[in-house]
Amino acid sequence: MSASELARQIAGGDTTAVAVCEAHLDRIKAIEPKVSAFNTVTAERALDRARALDVHQRAGKPLGPLHGVPVAIKDNMCTAGVPTTASSKILRGFVPPYSATVVARLEAAGAVMLGKTNLDEFAMGSSTENSALGPTKNPWDLDRTPGGSSGGSAAAVAGRMVPLALGSDTGGSIRQPAALCGIVGLKPTYGRVSRYGLMAFASSLDQIGPFSCTVEDAALAFQVIGGHDAHDATSSTEAMPDLLASLTGEVKGLRIGVPKAFLGEGVDAPVLAAFHEAMKSLAARGATLVDIELPHAGYGIPVYYLIATAEASSNLARYDGVRYGHRTTIEKDDTLLTMYERSRDEGFGAEVKRRIMLGTYVLSAGYYDAYYLKAQQVRTLLRRDFEHVFASVDVVATPTTPTPAFKLGEKTSDPIQMYLNDIFTVSANLTGLPAISVPCGFSADRLPIGFQLTGRMFDEATLLRAADSYQRDTAFHTEAPAFA
Amino acid sequence: MSTLTQKDVQRVAELARLELTADELELFTRQLGGILTYVEQINSLDTTGVPPTSHVLNRPVDREDALRPSLSREDLLANAPDAAREAGLFKVPRVIG
Repeated sequence: MSASELARQIAGGDTTAVAVCEAHLDRIKAIEPKVSAFNTVTAERALDRARALDVHQRAGKPLGPLHGVPVAIKDNMCTAGVPTTASSKILRGFVPPYSATVVARLEAAGAVMLGKTNLDEFAMGSSTENSALGPTKNPWDLDRTPGGSSGGSAAAVAGRMVPLALGSDTGGSIRQPAALCGIVGLKPTYGRVSRYGLMAFASSLDQIGPFSCTVEDAALAFQVIGGHDAHDATSSTEAMPDLLASLTGEVKGLRIGVPKAFLGEGVDAPVLAAFHEAMKSLAARGATLVDIELPHAGYGIPVYYLIATAEASSNLARYDGVRYGHRTTIEKDDTLLTMYERSRDEGFGAEVKRRIMLGTYVLSAGYYDAYYLKAQQVRTLLRRDFEHVFASVDVVATPTTPTPAFKLGEKTSDPIQMYLNDIFTVSANLTGLPAISVPCGFSADRLPIGFQLTGRMFDEATLLRAADSYQRDTAFHTEAPAFA
Repeated sequence: MSTLTQKDVQRVAELARLELTADELELFTRQLGGILTYVEQINSLDTTGVPPTSHVLNRPVDREDALRPSLSREDLLANAPDAAREAGLFKVPRVIG
């Protein structure tokens, strides 16, 4: 059942927050051993909270829009009193003294957190295999990855363990797992959602957003978590529109840009076919398809890996074994420097080290201009591409990923093959634009496929309206993986 | 084509405060060389006169430089691997001999 429907039923007295919480905890108990979506399940905390919410409701007090709705939170967002690890050995046992703004806002709206979900360590990866706690499995095929880095959140929603979850998206980490797990994933505009309490990976790219089965639920969650936060200096003061009111079902006159040349290479035939079917469906509802060109989109991956790793090398300098996290065993005569170096080598996994190394290299004396500065210039060219097309279209459509879910272990030994998964998703992070992934079909072996819409800055309303309109004509989002 | 050597990688590891094992040094030299060669494709673009992106919003948000409540010292020390909690200090190996 969707988050919106659960909230309606609880508010209407058809069920209670406790009954809903128990049902979802039972589902987790049955499914989680196969999927491994969670790092921590907070069953007692959730039940206590659900009981308090029921008391609150019986007292006739006003209810929040997510009153009693179970949610899961990616384990790189701080939760006061609940361990938060970023799926890294370096943060094993870390218990934050405060909650991220998004968590505080969800809870203020009545949501009940059921647990913290698995991710690629510090959100660096596209398969959730770079987790120090082991990989998450795709609920549609347990031999395959759910995508990443927010693979735990995506698998938890796809496995119907929660109707709503939060992820973070630096190069596609919400949209790619959403597509691979057959659900909706929204990356809002840069600055739309506060990142206070999110463990920083690449600060000019990171954004938090929701996973859900329906676009209506994504709009509901985004409405709650979005908007200015004084705790985050990069959070925008732009006003949040009424997003549920924008879901009119109407796409007549909407101009959808399709970058044909960009879709030419490396996209699986079933993915391309499902994408074109989705475009036909939107056209049948009154949207107009427009051929566009994004000449620099093909450079997105190299630009992304230069900028993201440079920022990561700086952001992850804070994990030094002094204030929190793993510290190496100190031997006699060890210096402070040895403590830093050995703590970090023991605490970080291979992909995180690889990215810290690459980022340090491209920022180092003599290489800065050739790599980092050049990447930021190409980023400007990419932003101009989108500025140019948004003069004549309202959204840009592509497949979300070039292929459906790949096998566990298939790409772990080749970093570049893993990075190429993000070809269609990195542009939205580099430009700051909002983007959404929506389920649009299945491959022959029943693996989900998604398409992506990218919109103008701060125009999530148009994205959500178009995506919701599409869901009114299709049933892909109502299909759930078949568990024995 | 990148010409990254193990010596370069060792130097970067020192800058990044990472003590790499011999195996890691060998693996990263190969992998980072491959990644650098891959990303160097952006050098084929002419970016003469193109300003680098500094911020996608072009709109820094300022705030008053005023005192605000912050976390307590006790809370901040709670996660420390080693601390002199009574004195309110984090402990590290001796820095000055």
